[in-house]
Amino acid sequence: MNAPGTAGFFLRLLRRQLVLALRRPIEIINPLLFFAIVMALFPLGLGPAPDTLAAFAPGVLWIIALLACLLTSESVFRGDFEDGSLEQLLLSPQPLYFSALTYSTAHWLTTGLLLALVSPVFALMLNLPASAIPALAASLFLGTGILSLIGCIGAALTVGLKRGGMLISLLVLPLYVPVLIFGSAAVRGAVEGIPVAPYLAILGAMLSLGIALAPLAVAAGLRISLDA
Amino acid sequence: MSFDAAGTPLLAAENLSLTRGGRDLFSGLSLQVARGQLWQVEGENGAGKTSLLRILAGLSRFGYEGAVTRAVNPLYLGHHSAVKALLSPRENIAWHPSGEADYAQADIDDALARVGLYGYESLPCHSLSAGQQRRVNLARLYLSNNPLWILDEPFTAIDHAGVAALQARFVEHVAEGGAVLVTSHQVLEVDCEVHRVVVGAGAAA
Repeated sequence: MNAPGTAGFFLRLLRRQLVLALRRPIEIINPLLFFAIVMALFPLGLGPAPDTLAAFAPGVLWIIALLACLLTSESVFRGDFEDGSLEQLLLSPQPLYFSALTYSTAHWLTTGLLLALVSPVFALMLNLPASAIPALAASLFLGTGILSLIGCIGAALTVGLKRGGMLISLLVLPLYVPVLIFGSAAVRGAVEGIPVAPYLAILGAMLSLGIALAPLAVAAGLRISLDA
Repeated sequence: MSFDAAGTPLLAAENLSLTRGGRDLFSGLSLQVARGQLWQVEGENGAGKTSLLRILAGLSRFGYEGAVTRAVNPLYLGHHSAVKALLSPRENIAWHPSGEADYAQADIDDALARVGLYGYESLPCHSLSAGQQRRVNLARLYLSNNPLWILDEPFTAIDHAGVAALQARFVEHVAEGGAVLVTSHQVLEVDCEVHRVVVGAGAAA
């Protein structure tokens, strides 16, 4: 029962999500601000010695990016659940798999991609060697895509709950762990002069797996959440 | 228009039973909605009208007994209007998540004009009144090719003239070979046969 213009529908849905995000710019700025604030605290806690900061920088940057993604993922479906848009999406003749992928893509474009783009600035503030910055941006570019896909699974499962905030962390964080391990390892590898391509390849493989499977879980989660 | 394949009912329910919180909302409820029929679901507040409609629309898939068969995914308008306050009426319809078709802007403006939103097409919906926001959603009834409409309290917050226009639209849709299933506490003033199904305690249906 495929309605005509499936590709057109997903472009319109993506445009809708992006326009909605742009008209509420605070939601785009929030994760970036969170990134900046938390990162500014680390020199205060760890001491301002450049070598110490540089040693911790790969892990610190990746953990903050991960938490910023986690914080924003809760709200991916919230508004659309409350105003009934999700009901309409579920009744749509269009495949829900691609709709779920569209929501994840919109979330990534408004958080992960921006974090990856601004990360070099923050990396310099933590005294990360310049040679590791391309690896940082590349690993965040791929890694935040996976984080958005996983975050959407948690968001879809908890959207029907009044306070899903803590639950979504419990559901999602274990799945975030491999991304964090390989993402920060890529940056550390670049600092130590080890080839980073294998790490990025693993992140790319995880992203491919996520694109293939996560929308199925998101679709099922949405159907369960709206059934109540 | 995909209305001409007459014959099989658009929507059939057999022996539906639903229990919520230890209360039997309805049991053994059967209905067949064919093309060209207007159905009104009646019942007191809390009788289970919305639950029935969600089951019929396919939003609730578990927790009830019985079988529902649908020839098409229905056009369902629920309590929540699915109207985004940050988008204009035009954008709300053009980028609607129900994804029924890619409507031309002229058609959208025409539908908005028919629900009385001429001149409001590009204002953000948060500047519209509650009734006007409901009307944005109702504009879909003038655009959609979907033969099966399932409408939950479509007259909420709509003025008298709007209700009359909406009922006229139901008659038009039914005459075109579509089917409408509607819940309302109002008496439908339409010049076509209204099939009734009563939900809840004391129901003789």
